[in-house]
Amino acid sequence: MADLGQIAQMQITESRLDALREEAARTGKVRDAGIVPSGSPFPKPAAAASYNGNPVLKPPTWTWQVPLYFFVGGVAGVSAAIALVTHLRGYAALERAALWIGFAGALMSAPLLIADLGKPMRFLNMLRVFKIRSAMSVGAWTLSGFSSAVGLAVVCHEVLLAGYGNGFLLLIEWVAEIVAALTGMILASYTSVLLGVTAIPVWSENRKLVPAVFLTGALGSAAAALELLGFRIPATQLIGIVASIVEIVIAIAIEVRDRYVDRPLREGAVGWLIRVGAALAGPTALLLRIFSGHSPALRDVAALCFIAGALIARFAWIAAGRVSSRDPQALFQIQRRNREVTAAT
Amino acid sequence: MTVSAFLTDATLCIGCKACEVACKEWNHVPADGFNFTGNSYDNTNALGASTWRHVMFLEQPTTLGPQIAGTEDPFRWLFLSDVCKHCGNAGCLEACPTGAIIRTELETVYVQPDVCNGCGYCVVSCPFGVVDKNHDVGTAFKCTFCYDRQLEGLKPACAKACPTESIRFGELEELRAHGRLRVQELQRRGYKDAQVYNPQETSVAGVHAMFVILGEPEAYNLPPAPEVPIVHMKSAWTTALLSALVAVMVVCLAFVL
Repeated sequence: MADLGQIAQMQITESRLDALREEAARTGKVRDAGIVPSGSPFPKPAAAASYNGNPVLKPPTWTWQVPLYFFVGGVAGVSAAIALVTHLRGYAALERAALWIGFAGALMSAPLLIADLGKPMRFLNMLRVFKIRSAMSVGAWTLSGFSSAVGLAVVCHEVLLAGYGNGFLLLIEWVAEIVAALTGMILASYTSVLLGVTAIPVWSENRKLVPAVFLTGALGSAAAALELLGFRIPATQLIGIVASIVEIVIAIAIEVRDRYVDRPLREGAVGWLIRVGAALAGPTALLLRIFSGHSPALRDVAALCFIAGALIARFAWIAAGRVSSRDPQALFQIQRRNREVTAAT
Repeated sequence: MTVSAFLTDATLCIGCKACEVACKEWNHVPADGFNFTGNSYDNTNALGASTWRHVMFLEQPTTLGPQIAGTEDPFRWLFLSDVCKHCGNAGCLEACPTGAIIRTELETVYVQPDVCNGCGYCVVSCPFGVVDKNHDVGTAFKCTFCYDRQLEGLKPACAKACPTESIRFGELEELRAHGRLRVQELQRRGYKDAQVYNPQETSVAGVHAMFVILGEPEAYNLPPAPEVPIVHMKSAWTTALLSALVAVMVVCLAFVL
């Protein structure tokens, strides 16, 4: 009985196959589901070896506060540098605004970082050691130093402005501003090292590009923030134009370089997020600036576009790391290439 | 001073997961949940904050060693118990900003749970994707190499529970020698693709949890040439500080003009 049943099933299967072949020959395509062979699915060799295509690496655990902190910290840091330069040049109003942007950014940064840790008290563990080899440790100390310095500079500046200061207070303000500018530039740049020195392929392989992305975003956004506070002057316009041009160059570089490891930057939702960020901060902001002429409104829109683009870019780069961590082949490919290079030398 | 090590042998593993259970029992590691992955008998797919031993199940269309296949579809089923590699140069340890991750006197890599602050930087710095953040507790967890048991002269729980001695625990140099002998023996018996996984030529500088595997390491999600991320620190900082310098120059230029 079993044999008869099997034969009957085979005949049905064979005739079904014939019908499918005929349909395929006649119409050039098969619309029906076809047949399911007994014993299927058969094990097949994977196109490229990995453990069932599972990720080798862990995705970043950082919450949304971290990319926002990257942005805010970057803007605050560059603003402190702008404050120092404008102080040297004697632009008092600009200096005051830049100092306040730096101080506001510093006030926002620590809570954002601490929120990611879950329990606020845990942040103190960052300050029990200083490890020059850990970008995270360097960053925690830099943020602490920057916040203190920029806070002191703002207090000194306001007291002097109110007419209560003396020469000694002015000296303290200068020292605080210099320290804030130095730590501020480290604050704006260390976040790119934080990504570059990891095992995540798309971050690690772009360790020379991420600094340019982050610093351009911070520089352009700091100038844009000043413009939104009313400083629509040639200097902020020039910084804005330079930043937008660099954004365009970076976007072209990402598109033109045909590297497997860069696929998260070009493909899928994250790829489009990168492109939207670049389009806003690059060509959109640039064109608005060029045509702003006598229209302050266009300058404001350009500034807003740049800030939005730079902010989106931070989120997109973190998200790209998440995508990259899921692809075992991105990791294996780099390592095979490195091994060949070592073997050749 | 002894250097503790594991040698985990895929050719001896029977996929019983006693190591996973013993590890959870001894270390009070939380459950992973009842997940059906569809990947053979694997329930977790990877190591993680609550999976410190992970038994892999590999279904491959190849013959096993000297096996004579009487079928057109050759097939072999391999098992391997994965674990934290306790690297010679550990990416997690270098990245940790609090000093929570330390090198113990046994040369193992240990996360001090009361010092870890959950920054998550070790998670992205591990070239093997081992350490992860437990989102209920908010801090990082991984294999402790049963530091507490070792201090009392006991074997790690997984090695103790392993019924086939697939998980060997011992001194690093002894196990390296044992691994070499084991591979020679396997090759003589016809397992031509047997090899020891221990990336000594890379910046990781060898692992303290070695493996005897059949076939390429990639099939076990073991990176063929893992690197400690810290090797890129100099180039990353150089570019970052140069970029910062250029940014400052643009500011100066803008306000001087």
